[in-house]
Amino acid sequence: MTEAIKQKRPEFRNIHVSQIVAYRLPPAGIVSILHRVSGVLMFLLLPFVIWLFDNSVTSEISYGMFTTAFAAGVGFIPAWFLKLVVLALIWGYLFHFTAGLRHLWMDMTHAVTKSFGHSSAVATLVISTVLTLALGYKLFF
Amino acid sequence: MASDNFGSKRIVVGAHYGLRDWLSQRVTASLMALFTIVLIVQVLMPGEMNYDKWSGIFAHQWMKVLTFVVIVALLYHVWVGMRDVWMDYVKPVGIKLVLQVFTIVWLVGCAGWAIQVLWRL
Repeated sequence: MTEAIKQKRPEFRNIHVSQIVAYRLPPAGIVSILHRVSGVLMFLLLPFVIWLFDNSVTSEISYGMFTTAFAAGVGFIPAWFLKLVVLALIWGYLFHFTAGLRHLWMDMTHAVTKSFGHSSAVATLVISTVLTLALGYKLFF
Repeated sequence: MASDNFGSKRIVVGAHYGLRDWLSQRVTASLMALFTIVLIVQVLMPGEMNYDKWSGIFAHQWMKVLTFVVIVALLYHVWVGMRDVWMDYVKPVGIKLVLQVFTIVWLVGCAGWAIQVLWRL
């Protein structure tokens, strides 16, 4: 016990915010940080999600309010802004979902090679972007 | 480090090694993924989307229970995730504590609201 405490243990620090632009992240690094960003985004938008759920499911009247909110806006919030926030949510969910599947796949198959890390990260970026564009198209048009 | 550093001879420092967090993050994620698929299948069932179809999905008792379980799973999943984020980026203990308390209040509040919506249906 004392031996372990006495030893100088290696220290690893996160990169500082000011260093971010200077870092050229590999695809796996981009996926990793976007996994966090999308998670925090959904955390902050959680009340909005429940508000959507509440209105859509509570009554015929609230459902009507829910659908008109996307056509004509709600209160002082215009419909386009509402759709933009929902688009951000759609991206966040799809990205977090895809990146999460990548994690689960790696855990189950022990697929921890450098090349798989790269190719699966690229696949995550492509799949989540394509799905976001498809659902975003359905949302706006 | 001694060569017999394993089993009962292992030098133990720290509280736990994060296995519980790692595992719970995977289990809760799988539950939420399952819920997503179950919901998408029901939305894609034949029939025009309207209030009756949408609220009908959540009217079944099994769907209420599944949704409830997913809300609790989400609560825990987001707690582990956000706590990791605060631990990684916020160094001052005081601010970190405030942010963690905020996270708990935010999550429990959201979960309570969602469960209320679910059961007054």
